[in-house]
Amino acid sequence: MAKLLGIDVGSTTVKVSVIDEAGKILYSSYERHYSRVKECVLNELEKIRPFGAQYKACITGSAGLGLAQRGNISFVQEVQSAFGAIKKFYPDADAAVELGGEDAKIIFITGGTEQRMNGSCAGGTGAFIDQMATLLDITVNEMDALALKAEKAYPIASRCGVFAKSDIQPLLNQGASKEDISASIFQAVVDQTVSGLAQGRRIIGKVLFLGGPLYFLQSLRKAFQNTLKLDDAHAIFPENAPCFMSIGAALYAESSREEALDELIKRLSAVSENDDIAVGDPLFADRTEYDEFIARHMRSDLAFEDVKKYEGDAYLGIDSGSTTTKLMLITPDCKILYSHYQSNNGQPLRIVTERLREIYALTGDKITIKGACVTGYGEDMMRAALKIDFGVVETVAHFKAALHFNPEVDFIIDIGGQDIKCFKVKNKAVDSIMLNEACSSGCGSFIQTFAKAMGMGIEEFSRLGLFAKHPVELGSRCTVFMNSSVKQAQKEGASVEDISAGLSSSIVKNAIYKVIRAQTPDELGKHIVVQGGTFLNDAVLRSFEKETGKQVIRPAIAGLMGAFGAALYARENAKKDTLISSIVTEAELNVFSYSSKSVNCKGCTSRCNVNILTFSDGRRFISGNKCERGAGGQPPTDMPDIYAYKYEKLLAMPVKRAGTRGKVGIPLQLVMYEQLPLWTGFFETCGFEVVLSEKSSRELYFKGQHTVASDTACYPAKLIHGHIESLLDKGVDFIFYPCESYNLDEHDSVNHYNCPVVAYYPELLKANNDRLTDENFIMPYIDPNQEKATVKTLCRALKKYKLSSSLVRKGLREGMRRMEEYHASVVRKGKEILARAKREGKEVVVLAGRPYHVDPEINHGINKLLNSLGFAVLSEDAVFEEGNLVKVNVLNQWTYHARLYRSAEFAARNQNVNLVQLVSFGCGIDAVTTDEVRSILERNGKLYTQIKIDEINNLGVVKIRLRSMLAAIEEQKNARAASQNGERERV
Amino acid sequence: MKKEQTTEKIVDYTDDYPLFRPEMKKDYTILVPDMLPWHFDLLVHVMRQQGYKVDVLHNDTRAVIDEGLKHVHNDTCFPALCVIGQYLDALKSGKYDVNKTAVLITQSGGGCRASNYIPLIRKALKAEFPNVPVLSLNFAGLEKGNGLELNLKFLLKLAYSIYYGDLIMSLYNQTKPYEKQEGDSAKARVACVEKMKTALDDGSYNKLKRNVKYLLNTFSAVPVTNEEKVKVGIVGEIYVKYSPLGNSHLEEFLLSENCEPVVPALMDFILYCVINNINDATFYGHKSMATVAFRFVYRWLYKKQKKIIKWTKKYSRYEPLHDFEHLRRCADKVINQGVKMGEGWLIPAEMAALAETGTENIVCAQPFGCLPNHIAGKGAVRALKALYEYENIVPVDYDPSATRVNQENRIKLMLATARENLKEKQTKRNI
Repeated sequence: MAKLLGIDVGSTTVKVSVIDEAGKILYSSYERHYSRVKECVLNELEKIRPFGAQYKACITGSAGLGLAQRGNISFVQEVQSAFGAIKKFYPDADAAVELGGEDAKIIFITGGTEQRMNGSCAGGTGAFIDQMATLLDITVNEMDALALKAEKAYPIASRCGVFAKSDIQPLLNQGASKEDISASIFQAVVDQTVSGLAQGRRIIGKVLFLGGPLYFLQSLRKAFQNTLKLDDAHAIFPENAPCFMSIGAALYAESSREEALDELIKRLSAVSENDDIAVGDPLFADRTEYDEFIARHMRSDLAFEDVKKYEGDAYLGIDSGSTTTKLMLITPDCKILYSHYQSNNGQPLRIVTERLREIYALTGDKITIKGACVTGYGEDMMRAALKIDFGVVETVAHFKAALHFNPEVDFIIDIGGQDIKCFKVKNKAVDSIMLNEACSSGCGSFIQTFAKAMGMGIEEFSRLGLFAKHPVELGSRCTVFMNSSVKQAQKEGASVEDISAGLSSSIVKNAIYKVIRAQTPDELGKHIVVQGGTFLNDAVLRSFEKETGKQVIRPAIAGLMGAFGAALYARENAKKDTLISSIVTEAELNVFSYSSKSVNCKGCTSRCNVNILTFSDGRRFISGNKCERGAGGQPPTDMPDIYAYKYEKLLAMPVKRAGTRGKVGIPLQLVMYEQLPLWTGFFETCGFEVVLSEKSSRELYFKGQHTVASDTACYPAKLIHGHIESLLDKGVDFIFYPCESYNLDEHDSVNHYNCPVVAYYPELLKANNDRLTDENFIMPYIDPNQEKATVKTLCRALKKYKLSSSLVRKGLREGMRRMEEYHASVVRKGKEILARAKREGKEVVVLAGRPYHVDPEINHGINKLLNSLGFAVLSEDAVFEEGNLVKVNVLNQWTYHARLYRSAEFAARNQNVNLVQLVSFGCGIDAVTTDEVRSILERNGKLYTQIKIDEINNLGVVKIRLRSMLAAIEEQKNARAASQNGERERV
Repeated sequence: MKKEQTTEKIVDYTDDYPLFRPEMKKDYTILVPDMLPWHFDLLVHVMRQQGYKVDVLHNDTRAVIDEGLKHVHNDTCFPALCVIGQYLDALKSGKYDVNKTAVLITQSGGGCRASNYIPLIRKALKAEFPNVPVLSLNFAGLEKGNGLELNLKFLLKLAYSIYYGDLIMSLYNQTKPYEKQEGDSAKARVACVEKMKTALDDGSYNKLKRNVKYLLNTFSAVPVTNEEKVKVGIVGEIYVKYSPLGNSHLEEFLLSENCEPVVPALMDFILYCVINNINDATFYGHKSMATVAFRFVYRWLYKKQKKIIKWTKKYSRYEPLHDFEHLRRCADKVINQGVKMGEGWLIPAEMAALAETGTENIVCAQPFGCLPNHIAGKGAVRALKALYEYENIVPVDYDPSATRVNQENRIKLMLATARENLKEKQTKRNI
């Protein structure tokens, strides 16, 4: 009798199961396939010979489709096969959660069968866990063990690995324990599954947990059980969980034809490598080309000086990056005395102190450190801890270093482990800066993670790519997408060599077309210097040269350029008369120690999670704070910040007075940040008490996360779900949230639409939250420009309260009056700030976004950061009326966006006024506006700076951008002053 | 309640771009993206009759997507990327005289980003093909003096062509999966298209009854089996719904999976655009002369649709296209007709109407990050599932880097459920 054979080919593993006619499982195996899908399957098939010669076979799994098709073997979708197995072995199960290498699935069995799979942009899978383990530099099993010992969990974004990294990095740098971080990562995976996949449907009853990660990782199991509140009787972890799908496939094999195992093996072996996949040219035509390439790049090297013999002055540069720490000690004529490159392991300060001790030991008193400078994420902390003379923003450090290798450099690109930085150089100053955003990553660490998944080191993996014959085209977007592209290539039978080369070229394409957004390679510039650890990978370097068609300079110290630049900065800026750097001396270092602790700041309602480092001499360094108060400074009383002004003004809008007719809840989000005065005015006049939702916070977001239907909508939209929950909990009579296709007509655009999300989000809320009914959620369609129609609509929508149309009209007019008053006050305040800034010689930044960017949970305190850098902060709605009407290339048809253009026009005409555009991640409309705003500014010789914001709160990157902008403004000012002086002299 | 304008001065930040002047009609070739394979057979024929030289682009290689990726912002919608990619790839092919070529794009003028395709295309062409004008085909009065010269007869022919295209698409999809002789349906399609072209040439295109009958007779002459197959509806953003380049050849994939694809009519989208203007008048009091015109157009078009449905019903083999008034009633069950940006309320309406006509399995195709689709697509799924017992919807994101494996895997999951449901229904029926 034939046995049933199930083969599950996943993204990382192959599972094979054999079942007899009675449904008894005879054999199960679980193997990593390292991309060699066919070989691995064939190997596994050899192992099942003892169970018989005749089989009925069925394949399942995301990477198995191609194999099944070409090998002419029946195929079943993996969720379906799991479903079959569940019905057979666990007929009383209510739901199943399955996490695989790259997908996550939920199957609801009772109460309406439903099967859900993660979308194309969803982390929270095995690959995500692998990626995070790489980041922490531990194995997944170690991470599991650590998490069991955790004391607390931090909120970490799990939608995408890139976001999670941005959350984890600061935690690591602040010294949060690895135990806690590990637990947070597992919790993030659970949250992602529960909220992202279940979307409002509760996972209850008897729940099966399937797939490799859930089988092997105790902490993950525990996190799921705790979050879903399942006791041991209701949380089932089957013994054969990793192979569950292959067992299911075997069950489906029942209807397949019977054949001999040898026949099956023969057919599978014959499956050819398919040439369906897009392939590119090899990186090198032949060995000679490679040798020439190597020889050319050997030339960009620095000279060394023996640190043990050298006597004299030296300058120290430290680059305290997010994942690595780099140090360099140079002589005044730029020879390297000492250099060091090391992964942070979460303890950058310890690494630097160790290295400093080593330097002191090596040099004795032969060398005098005349100046020291630090750059990078850890700049402030290092300066405080080690009394380093200078701090410099990364971009400037990199620029200084590049200048050394090519005085004419006009373009610098740095691809590091976690980020891509590119900037153009104009007039000897950093001009426009491009950093990778949340969804255009694809940096060095990706190759590293991938190499690991293939079971080899990064060097070996990238070397393989150098001589690949047919590099595969893998697309150029986010790493999750790249993973699926790789999966596709694997399916089509691409070799490891071809995939390695393909990944290198993807990284390059991602940088050129997505981060820099160059239309042609010529836009980059003539003299390009490439740097960053990733460029030490010859395959990446070669791909870059091939894609741009240019020969570029890659210094041999590509990974150390930040530190080198910092050292150069120290050399330039050390005062001639200083004898010695202020950096801690050897003696001080010997008694130096520090301790760190993390606390919630109680300075204000933000409750920032701050980290306090206490040094042995009693000094303290505080990080993680969003404002000065947290750093022990004075509370800001009179900062020129219109964002704070607007926010407070709005919060104070409802008069706290009981209404005679009832309580109306208003979610303070999206359009309400503009129209709150209108609707409080309206409802209060009509005799209602207006209750606002809770202030936005990460916790509030989590509260509503289970009703979020579309994960890729912007953060402001997703936050509303929490606001709605909070209003429902507050016990209001109803929530009022209108749909508005049209916004106010301000007569400066072709049309005056709202964006689709702002316009219709109430529909989505209503459709996805069980607690909302026609009674407690009122969402009329309103055009605020049309009084007559609006009165009618409101009377109808509120007919339960029997409002007369004259009362509604009165209310509406009062609301409009309040809204105009509010706007007038914002404009007035704007003028005040502007005048004051002029008086005090301060630079002004128009932080231009949408009204709802006033929410501190959305802007993450960028306004305060700007203040702390010495800028006065204005908003787009405070200044746009001062700007001229503009004609732009795109269709100008949204009210908020028309304001953007006009405020850019205003900024362009006024000295000392700069514009920073805030863009919400996922905002499709800003994909249209950004280029226009940029062109308005740049045509007038102004810098354009854009900041993308999302649920992640990572001011580190923002700070780099703003400081670079500040540096460039200074540079521009100096140039202007110099040229004016020049003119004066000529006269 | 209106704010007054504050300044009068207008600063011009627009770039110069070439316009399509009427005299260019003679010797310019107009490139059209591969948006509506079912309708372009006829629509392009009509344009040619009007004296335009038109070329529909069929380039469908990876290079198309790569060109698109290079020239379009990361967050811009996928359709813009495909269209722009096709143009640039074609212009670079050397097949066209770039000084005598123009490109055509439709514009809806709604509150969605799609209205901005024209400037995006201009921006993409600017660097390498500064002399290629971009024409707009819209009915919202945008881009005056830079579009096709529309006259009544031209418009009538376009309207009839869309009706015929819709019907051919619907009949083909209902015949192809069941044909006994491979290729018969394709032959019928060719015969129908040729016949309609002749009708457009000889002026009998407006003999609606005669033409519709011809289409119905031609397809019903194809011998078919009477097996029952899984029917799968395709709804979603207008471009990825119809364009094989946009949806990775979804219709073909469904056929290969032994399913019957059910694709709602293009005319429904046009009626949707028309009715939105009328709705604006009722919702917000935006009444004008145009409202009257829209009412007239709506009544005229709808009457024709009713007739076609009536005639189709006589052929029991065929499920007629949706009645638009029924679609509106379906919408009201799920979402407000005020949701009018992008494909707005039409998407849930079609999903509901499909469910009510026996097609509960649905692929909701949307470009990754499509704004209106957050609400009308993914956002409405839950409500629909509550309404219809067997509703089986899979939202699929289309994106330059989303791979077919991923998309097909999700669709296959939906199909697995669909097959189970079909079996269950069959058993129920037999009891």
